[in-house]
Amino acid sequence: MDLNKLTLHEIKNLISKKEVKVDEVVAACYGRIENIDDKIGSFLTLNKEDALRSAFDIQKKLDNGEKLGSLAGIPAGIKDNMCTEGLKTTCASKMLENFIPPYDATVVKKLKSQDAIIMGKMNMDEFAMGGSTENSYFKKTRNPWDLERVPGGSSGGSAASVAADEVIFSLGSDTGGSIRQPASFCGVVGLKPTYGAVSRYGLVAFASSLDQIGPLTKDVEDCAIVLNAITGYDKMDSTSANVKYPDYTASLVNDVKGLKIGIPKEFIGEGLNEDVKSAVLAAAKKLESLGAIIEEFSMPMNEYAIPAYYMIACAEASSNLARFDGIKYGYRASNYTDLLDLYKQSRSEGFGDEVKRRIMLGTYALSAGYYDAYYNKALKVRTLIMNEFDNAFAKYDCILGPTAPTTAYKLGEKSENPLEMYLGDIYTVCVNIAGLPGLVVPCGFDSKDLPIGMQLIGKAFGEGTLLRVGYTFEQNSDFSKRKPSI
Amino acid sequence: MKITKEAVENVAKLARLSLSEEVVERFTHELGDILTYVDKLSELDTENVKPTQHVLDIKNVFREDETSESYDREKILSNAPVSENGCFIVPKVVE
Repeated sequence: MDLNKLTLHEIKNLISKKEVKVDEVVAACYGRIENIDDKIGSFLTLNKEDALRSAFDIQKKLDNGEKLGSLAGIPAGIKDNMCTEGLKTTCASKMLENFIPPYDATVVKKLKSQDAIIMGKMNMDEFAMGGSTENSYFKKTRNPWDLERVPGGSSGGSAASVAADEVIFSLGSDTGGSIRQPASFCGVVGLKPTYGAVSRYGLVAFASSLDQIGPLTKDVEDCAIVLNAITGYDKMDSTSANVKYPDYTASLVNDVKGLKIGIPKEFIGEGLNEDVKSAVLAAAKKLESLGAIIEEFSMPMNEYAIPAYYMIACAEASSNLARFDGIKYGYRASNYTDLLDLYKQSRSEGFGDEVKRRIMLGTYALSAGYYDAYYNKALKVRTLIMNEFDNAFAKYDCILGPTAPTTAYKLGEKSENPLEMYLGDIYTVCVNIAGLPGLVVPCGFDSKDLPIGMQLIGKAFGEGTLLRVGYTFEQNSDFSKRKPSI
Repeated sequence: MKITKEAVENVAKLARLSLSEEVVERFTHELGDILTYVDKLSELDTENVKPTQHVLDIKNVFREDETSESYDREKILSNAPVSENGCFIVPKVVE
């Protein structure tokens, strides 16, 4: 039995029944990483020594009959923009190449407190800016389904590692689709939780009003288990929502009878690849046959979501990334004339092209004379998009659509044209703009055998409904079970 | 909206970036294309619409003014590119 190929809930079960030992699970994953990660490139940093020690400690506790956390002995990958105490956190940037955080991000602390094993740090687009993981300063990550293709991004390493059975689950972050699109491209389950549901303390900030951390897992049940571990109020994050968080595993019921699901016409119209469209519509049919009520409706505001998103995200990024000045931490240029020049040279040498492009765009949108025309205008359009979602949720329990307009594309295919890359976010950015939860579940394969994920969008704090629909779909199909033949 | 080369150079200055001639040239085109696309937003009448900064209904978040443990100075300084005697080192700023 290849332990690394099992789901989280399967391994959890075997460990608790003492049929397998934690170190066997960890060794199976590191064995897999050693065999294939030079081809996939999911990892930026391995945490092997520390992980083996944790495995030993957890097994000892288990043998002593001590009570363990909900993720006891489960190997996890962490996107490299979440701080891990004593373990390099680079954001896939030259700027943070040697940065060793003095503390754990709240999510990392939470995983550790549930006895998960931190296997290493996952590749990503630099500062989470991109949709293919090609913007990493260090290396490219490849899609386990086809090594010529991108894994999606920006959480590309997190998605690829789960798809390739190198880890059992991973954490990613999602500012405009960065968990959901790679989940779709790699054929795994990905959830962007409601804004405020998961603490961002220790997440290197990209766009603070949009960023959320969430799980990438092998199936919907695993997603609910990880979500239970990471949600919750945190006084260290002033945008953390102080509400009661339910037990998400209670939503894992195989029943959608009577649930009303809306499909936005604009999500299945022009620009959507035919294979993706038929897979998503077939999934809708399947849910209908299981008792859900499916209806099409219109969301005309969605065509304004991308321009509004890029203004808001870049404006916030330009402000957040101002902290990288070559003084307190991060890269410092070796040649400069004075303090101002030190800032300029360090930032210019430390940041990659896409990061600079977005800082420029954001600085422009916030500068005198353009603030109202660009930034403030985008914030007003944000209100309109939120209103449209409110209207939709007055009628529907959740919204169903595609995650991305295409399946995984070839490396280099889109990296030349930034605007073309931005348009790939057409179905995902609206969810961040409105702060809603979005769940991606594998729902088919295209003619080249590349995975397709459908996206379920819910009301704020409505993760339970999404998990229920996703779980029901998964119990009545087998797309989540298929594995790449690498 | 198209953007001029001078505007790009000015924004770079504001953003504390130093861009080569070639990059300024390229960004002038790329940012111009992106901003032209963003101009789409002007199709919408937002005269009476309130802007949304962020989606949660949270305003000021205060905490009690209590002292608590902070990080160890050495640990914080260990990430500084240059430090000396417990301080960050910067070029001379006062003549």
